[in-house]
Amino acid sequence: MPKIGVYLCHCGENIAGAVNIEEVKKHAANLPGVAVVRDYLFICSDPGQDLIKQDIQAGLVNRVVVAACTPRTHEPIFRKTVQDGGLNKYICEMANIRDQGSWAHWRDKEGATEKAKKLVMSAVAKAALLEPLEDRFVNVTKASLVVGAGVAGMFAAMDLANMGYKVYLVDRNPSVGGNMAKLDKTFPTNDCSACILTPVMVQVGTHPNIELLTYSEVESVDGSIGNFKVKIRKKQTYVDWNTCTGCGECIEVCPKKVPNEFNEGMGTRKAIYIEFPQAVPKKAVVDGAHCINCGKRTIGTKPRLHSKTGEPVLAPCEKVCKIGACDRSVAYDPDGELVELEVGTIVVATGFKAMDKTPFKEYSPQSPNVVTALQLERLLSATGPTEGDLKRPSDETKPETVAFISCVGSRDKNHHTYCSKVCCMYMLKQARLIKEKNPGTNVFIFFIDVRAGGKDFEEYYSYCRDLGIRVIRGRVGAVDELAGDRLRVRAYDVDMGSAVELESDLVVLATAIEPAPGLEELGRRLGISCGAEGFLKEVHTKLYPVETAVRGIYIAGCVQGPKDIPDSISQARAASSAAAVPLTLGKVVVEPLISEINQENCSGCGICVPLCPYSAVAMTTVGDKPRAKIDEALCAGCGVCTAACPSRAIKLHGFTAEQIEAQIIALTAGIGGVSYV
Amino acid sequence: MSEWKPNIVVFACDWCTYQGADLAGSLRYEYPANVNIIRVPCTGRVEPEFIVSALSNGADGVFVGGCHPGDCHYKEGNYKAMRRFTLLKMVLTGMGFEAERVRMEWISGSEGKRFAEIMAEFNRTIEKIGPNPFRRDSNAG
Repeated sequence: MPKIGVYLCHCGENIAGAVNIEEVKKHAANLPGVAVVRDYLFICSDPGQDLIKQDIQAGLVNRVVVAACTPRTHEPIFRKTVQDGGLNKYICEMANIRDQGSWAHWRDKEGATEKAKKLVMSAVAKAALLEPLEDRFVNVTKASLVVGAGVAGMFAAMDLANMGYKVYLVDRNPSVGGNMAKLDKTFPTNDCSACILTPVMVQVGTHPNIELLTYSEVESVDGSIGNFKVKIRKKQTYVDWNTCTGCGECIEVCPKKVPNEFNEGMGTRKAIYIEFPQAVPKKAVVDGAHCINCGKRTIGTKPRLHSKTGEPVLAPCEKVCKIGACDRSVAYDPDGELVELEVGTIVVATGFKAMDKTPFKEYSPQSPNVVTALQLERLLSATGPTEGDLKRPSDETKPETVAFISCVGSRDKNHHTYCSKVCCMYMLKQARLIKEKNPGTNVFIFFIDVRAGGKDFEEYYSYCRDLGIRVIRGRVGAVDELAGDRLRVRAYDVDMGSAVELESDLVVLATAIEPAPGLEELGRRLGISCGAEGFLKEVHTKLYPVETAVRGIYIAGCVQGPKDIPDSISQARAASSAAAVPLTLGKVVVEPLISEINQENCSGCGICVPLCPYSAVAMTTVGDKPRAKIDEALCAGCGVCTAACPSRAIKLHGFTAEQIEAQIIALTAGIGGVSYV
Repeated sequence: MSEWKPNIVVFACDWCTYQGADLAGSLRYEYPANVNIIRVPCTGRVEPEFIVSALSNGADGVFVGGCHPGDCHYKEGNYKAMRRFTLLKMVLTGMGFEAERVRMEWISGSEGKRFAEIMAEFNRTIEKIGPNPFRRDSNAG
């Protein structure tokens, strides 16, 4: 006999403010199978959970319905309560009367109350049919994959590696380092970015537990927590990285120049290149798309022999490579190599991309003297195209006036509605660097408002003001090109209440931080969805900021949303400890909410077999009859086979046809349909 | 009796639309309170019989919400659901049901606002076409 206990949560005022708890209580008490109905201010609190445990222990209830918030966050909590009380933990059902009740219908109190009654009725109907289930455990592969080797990914990898776990660190670029490697100095301490980052890059590159897979991308991810099977595509470098010493002689002789991505398109690199001088690993890559195959030395062909000397005719790059790492006779596969890995957990830290200036037609992006802030960062950096000497790109003269424009593409409904968070501070930093290098430069920053919330940030801002950096509150309407490569900035000064115009030699656009290209596709491969802004979604903004909807996959850094370096590193270290938990435990619980075939009812038709996305269903023979069989280890519990079975011989535990039918009947109760069952 | 309000049953997949509904609530986007959700792991779990059952029990509208194509947590459950739903809809319209009475949409976990808007719109549609002819209660007008 089901003895169902219904526990109604007030959630402070969250539920009780819209739902008439007394009415729902009275209604629930009359439902079939209900033995006890109680309400409490916070059922999830200790005394609240005790109510449930006491009733179970007193033998008053053998099934539990908690009408409270969403099961997505609280079901595990109440399952544990029920287990602690002495019942099987799967004998617990939640009615979501907060997130899908009082919160959504906070002005419609009558509607919220009626809905709560129905949702409780539906949960009670399902609870009466719940069955005890046993958890499954799977062993965990003690290795982790970190995708993205920027500052967040590197710290996550280092932490996991220092804990003793094998880490595969993947990056699509030839070197680790990410966007931070491009920065000159970092706020609020003005540390030189290279000075603090390159030692970390070296540590990552030499750590015995870290295997670097740079110039590689994630091709596919299968499996689940504990046992992910990942395929990594190592892109073709056309250089033997086992022997390449990174001497750079091939680069010297390469005649083909290509815009330098590391310098944000300013200056050039060669078609054979090392990403940047401090690259880790420091290995050369042939950019197949731009290589001009000097001496007709197409990759994978034998060199022709010189008509007079009879010596092989080689391309300059291979000629200078004494150790033969750059051998164009090798028949490299242009698709690179596919590496298969098995890992227990995954950390995703693919970072961001700063928006390009081209969409902002109003700011004269065609002018070389209009640069993005990341380009300015390269112009200020000692490793940049001007070796840190700030010159305006059009004629390499020192700019007398520099104007910064904030929120370019951020807080703008035409591009991104969110705040990119770091721009205010990095504009102040860049302005300060310019002022410190050339105190005579006039620096103006046009802000919507200055957001300097962070440790030591406000002090930094005040210091910049004292340096004579001019801060104008107002949005810039346009930048026009003038004679002599100068630019006119037209804006509205909110404090003066009037339009202002300014002539400048250099205009810097603080362009928005966007998800790295291809993040949506990567999210699909991982099974994680992106939020409306295109960043990967965490389970809960506050409580579970590094967890994702897929157990065993964690996120860190700008892949989750714009953030500065301290925040990225904090999050990376949080993600690494979260990712280490299953590795340390050695085995993880897998919910038993999977499908099972009743072979007595199975007709052996085989409809289910090709439908399973995990190839978990196969045909077998029972006696002399064909029957379907589900591999428990492979089944993920989607229920596609269950829904398709014409004999209803497949049961999806936790979501059985009887349970769902009971919910349907409960939700349509009292309206007099013609039940067909 | 009081004014008729549609009885709407929603099958929402746990990974997208159910999350979207939660998000609508936490952002306080309102939608009609006569929309009730049954949580399923995937739209691929939704048997056509469930939809028929809801209608024969008197539900005025039945809605199936899942992940956007390509985003299914179980890789392709939503595609399976789409195929079944298309066929079922043909059967239902053949039986005389209005095509608008059943609807399938892809609503992601981040589309709280969209969830609320679609529910409000679906409710208006059902209000326009009137009660389920299977309803025998006095409310059905």
